[in-house]
Amino acid sequence: MNDVSYSLAELLIVAMAQAWRHDGEVMGTGIGPLPRLGVSLCKALYNPALATTDGECWYTTDPLPPGGRTADAEIEGWSPYDRVFSGLWGGKRHALVAPVQIDRFGQSNISVIGDHARPKSAMLGARGFPGNSIHHPNSFFFPQHNRRSLVEGEVDYVCSAGYNPARYPGGKVLPGVDLRLIVTNLAVLDFGGPEHAIRLVSLHPGVSFDEVQDNTGFELVRGESIPVTPAPTAEQLALIDRLDPKGARRKALKDDPPGDRRGA
Amino acid sequence: MLDKRMTIEAIVAELKDGMTIGVGGWATRRKPMALVRAIARSGLKDLTIVSYGGPDVGLLAAAGKIRKLVFAFVSLDHYPIEPHFKAARQAGAFEVLELDEGLFHWGLRAAAMRLPFLPTRIGLGTDLVKQPELSKTVVSPFADGETLIAMPALKLDAALLHVHRADARGDVLTLSPDPFFDELMARAADRTFVTAERVVPTAELDIAANSRFNIIERALVTGLAEAPFGAHPTSAAPDYQLDLAHLKTYVDAAASTEALAAYRASFVDVDESAYLAAVGGAEAVRGLPKPIY
Repeated sequence: MNDVSYSLAELLIVAMAQAWRHDGEVMGTGIGPLPRLGVSLCKALYNPALATTDGECWYTTDPLPPGGRTADAEIEGWSPYDRVFSGLWGGKRHALVAPVQIDRFGQSNISVIGDHARPKSAMLGARGFPGNSIHHPNSFFFPQHNRRSLVEGEVDYVCSAGYNPARYPGGKVLPGVDLRLIVTNLAVLDFGGPEHAIRLVSLHPGVSFDEVQDNTGFELVRGESIPVTPAPTAEQLALIDRLDPKGARRKALKDDPPGDRRGA
Repeated sequence: MLDKRMTIEAIVAELKDGMTIGVGGWATRRKPMALVRAIARSGLKDLTIVSYGGPDVGLLAAAGKIRKLVFAFVSLDHYPIEPHFKAARQAGAFEVLELDEGLFHWGLRAAAMRLPFLPTRIGLGTDLVKQPELSKTVVSPFADGETLIAMPALKLDAALLHVHRADARGDVLTLSPDPFFDELMARAADRTFVTAERVVPTAELDIAANSRFNIIERALVTGLAEAPFGAHPTSAAPDYQLDLAHLKTYVDAAASTEALAAYRASFVDVDESAYLAAVGGAEAVRGLPKPIY
């Protein structure tokens, strides 16, 4: 057993690092400090061919740490938005993003809460979600797993397409839709259920199935036995510390909670 | 000799109520803010604004200039949610056409090619296609028979761009590393107006060495104005970087009508030299540190 203490943020980084593990040489994008560290860790541990950018317009040889400066990094390529679009249309990218809502079809929302014409809350707009969702693999991060984020029915405004046949011409989901992982503060989920239904992959230490199901607006597919999300090893923790020298992971979640909630 | 130089006010006088206007740059980068401020001061109204949106959209929304917004996002990057846009959108102040970033590019490209539309899969499976503009489909005439969205051309009456260098004839350079979609904006527009950090003799552009920064040919440029720091508070790197402190002042101005009025009095209802003094002066802007994205 692993008796190293670790934070929830560190557990999530290790869980997210699995996302790009078998992707080969693609653009790995993580939006937000923890997903970004997930890409960095994946590149260091599993998939050295991953290509990452500084979030502006340069590919860097090594993933830039959160809060790091491009000027201190070796630049290995140019990534203006025009080329980002061309690349993603070709499918050579896997993004892990943090939307506001997701539903049982894997459809996600970052645009509005409420009515589109006169929203209760106007947020970003659809950004690149519609195109991303039908062209390359996508995974998701929800720091607050609850019924407001994993919603009943459908999300308020479908920005990224999912496995909902009714929304496509001829009732057929586009072959480019390829949804992979959902990492939350409670569990790891994937789309491995019947007809890509969302399935529980693992529970974080100290979290019960009922707690996850109660905080989810749709029914989760569950297996006979559900494993516990693997704790970070001492080596992984040391690596994360090197990839995040400024400690952005400690400010990413409110109060930086511990990763093991057994006996809490 | 061909000389397209004019004042910012003269450019704004060329714009008319109800026009569809494309604004170049991207979010907090290389926005033609001096022109945007001049539009905010003007009597123009009922504009359709087409933008990869940042404070350009927020400022025009706060000034009540927008009848319709064509956008994929409006963001201040470091403040992900643009508060002036948010407030106007929630008040139902204008109608919208919401796009994907790449779909936006595709619409500009269709207009640039003088096509009525370009086919795409983008939007399928999402709520974007519930908007009437994106509700038309075409069927591939080839064996695949695939049903595709017809992305209508985003035709612009005018495009407004901010560049680093220009000569009097309208030869331009954008020196920042990402050209964004300014070229397509210019090609999608009937007329393009440009502000430049500096207007210089043609030889100083050194086009042979800077060819990749020469994003459009001068025939597309109708008029240009020299506007030092004309992108502020957005960046015109390498000349100067995003002003995060001013961005906070701008964000805080969304807190109340009084705060907005005070912001407007200090930073909008003033000429550009008073604006530059109010934001700390040329040296301070030139010395801004590079932000982290």
